[in-house]
Amino acid sequence: MTHVKISMAQALNQALRDAMHADPTVLMFGEDVGPLGGVFRITDGLTAEFGEERCFDTPLAESGIVGMAVGLAMNGMRPVVEMQFDAFGYPAFEQIVSHVAKMRNRTRGRVQLPMVIRMPYAGGIGGVEHHCDSSESYYAHTPGLTVVAPSTVADAYTLLRRAIELPDPVVFMEPKKLYWAKDEVDLTEAEPGIGKAVVRRDGADATLIAYGPSVPVALEAAEVAATEGRQLTVVDLRSIVPFDDETVCAAVRRTGRAVVVAEASGFASVSSEIVARVTERCFHSLAAPIRRVTGFDIPYPPPKLEKHQLPGVDRILDAVDNLQWEDS
Amino acid sequence: MTTVEERLLPSAEPVRLIDQDGVPHEHPSYQLPSEQALADGYVELIKGRRINDQASALVRQGRLAVYPSSHGQEACQVAATMVLRDGDWLFPTYRDTVSIVSRGVDPIETLTLLRGDWHSGYDPYARNVAPQATPLATQLTHAVGVAHAARLKGEDTVVMALCGDGATSEGDFHEALNFAAVFHAPVVFFVQNNEYAISVPLSKQTVAPSLAHKGIGYGVPGERADGNDLAGLLAILGQAVGKARAGEGPQLVEAHTYRVQAHTNADDATRYREDDEVTPWLQRDPIKRLETYLTHNGLLTDELKQRAEQVSTQVAQQLRDGLMPEPTVNPEDLFAYLYAEQTPQLAEQAAFLRDELSREEA
Repeated sequence: MTHVKISMAQALNQALRDAMHADPTVLMFGEDVGPLGGVFRITDGLTAEFGEERCFDTPLAESGIVGMAVGLAMNGMRPVVEMQFDAFGYPAFEQIVSHVAKMRNRTRGRVQLPMVIRMPYAGGIGGVEHHCDSSESYYAHTPGLTVVAPSTVADAYTLLRRAIELPDPVVFMEPKKLYWAKDEVDLTEAEPGIGKAVVRRDGADATLIAYGPSVPVALEAAEVAATEGRQLTVVDLRSIVPFDDETVCAAVRRTGRAVVVAEASGFASVSSEIVARVTERCFHSLAAPIRRVTGFDIPYPPPKLEKHQLPGVDRILDAVDNLQWEDS
Repeated sequence: MTTVEERLLPSAEPVRLIDQDGVPHEHPSYQLPSEQALADGYVELIKGRRINDQASALVRQGRLAVYPSSHGQEACQVAATMVLRDGDWLFPTYRDTVSIVSRGVDPIETLTLLRGDWHSGYDPYARNVAPQATPLATQLTHAVGVAHAARLKGEDTVVMALCGDGATSEGDFHEALNFAAVFHAPVVFFVQNNEYAISVPLSKQTVAPSLAHKGIGYGVPGERADGNDLAGLLAILGQAVGKARAGEGPQLVEAHTYRVQAHTNADDATRYREDDEVTPWLQRDPIKRLETYLTHNGLLTDELKQRAEQVSTQVAQQLRDGLMPEPTVNPEDLFAYLYAEQTPQLAEQAAFLRDELSREEA
């Protein structure tokens, strides 16, 4: 197969289409995902191709959507649901935390829930209130969930296919601002599966650890740093749960310095977890405390102010500059 | 041609086929169940009462952490499962132990949750009984999903989804009825209105004319039953299951009953209700009225009484034998079932606990 230039949105659409072809029990449903194809067009054409029974609109009720998916998964189906926007997923929070995440454990593995909750998330798109939350920490904090966040077009395809194939529930965080990012990809090429981080750029001086929408920003920062004579490694987590300690810690040990980059508010977050676990494991390799570049601990700002919230190249480079280079 | 109101609104009064004095009443829409069904139901009622009594005793003896009894609600418990076929599904709550056992699930496995040796102790697929739901109404949308999946597979499964009066205030009750109606899912929503959500009386949950009236808002037919009349419940639930199976979509049935005992053994009902309120409900006991009816009609044979006694003695013995010994629990189980493939992090934590335990033993 030749390489094709497609967007992340198209890659996700192709992943759904291929999964639905491969397995007749795969269902796609949610709000506006039918004839409209979803507000981001991720489900474009699926109802036309597979019919109303396989890709359908539901009443506007997220708890009902996720709860119904639980029942469908209990009875032989592989539901994929869309939450439309991160912050609209909160009505389903009880279903996700108390049922989706716990079903397998509470039944001693007798009831498995092969289901995917697709969550368009994070900011940088000029979205108004309640459309730009980074909610991954809530889900990552919940035992029993697998939490995935792609940053590349190829990964969007691979990770969604793997998520649908997994016998367990996956919260699939889709970085909205990367939906339209294009790349030349060969969708038949196998990327690493869920649970593996990937080194996107190699550099000996410090490591940037990022996931989802922060990965391209980290790569851009590394590019600029290189022109200033500092070589940065960029690790793309891809999978928040399970967490790839091995790849992350290997990079940090090699470079001795690290900065975690994430859009979500930093307090009690995935980024604070990364700092804690890397410090616990790599303390003696560290030349400086790990720094974080995250969103402030504020509600996501209105569009005219969001640039102050988002981790940008300058903040990342400043954080790198502050890794106590003068001591070494 | 019936009007929307005639099709969807419940009867003005709860339907009863045998009253509290054991006297039968004719009803234009519902037939008295067969003598065999009433005899079988009688045995299940006696057994159900014994399960409630024995489980409450086992709490006092420290063998169960807690037991939310369905004492006085046994007719609802028994009818909910008697109207189902093997392939159908039951979605019970924490108060529905009797219903689950009546469905054929092992009583000890059923009480695992309340004994505290695991969360859900039985295999849900063995008898098509979902794990007991402790959060209120959240299981109702699962019931819709199971029913919808069955329809997609071309199966004629019906799902019996249980909840109480308090649960009808939850958002998920609303979402489940609406989803079931929109997807035409074969679910019978069976609300056991026992008048109390722990200490809060029904009057503080809703000012709706009845809980069954809520169905019309979703286009779901509602019906009201005397929750202490097994005959009426079998007829109404049987008809609702039949309609759902025949493709008529979801049905809502409200049973008017009463929580004779406290919420659980840990609750003190004297803090929020008078004994005077409880007394009349004792006169409406579901067992007594069926017994009176069966006696007056020459159906309470020695053989039937013996059968009921034998079955209930057996289940009580089974509960004592199964629950008196301390359960064996395995700390490794804490990590074993979260994921099909264990994460490295959980493997690490399991090893930590294993090591801690081995040092304690040493």
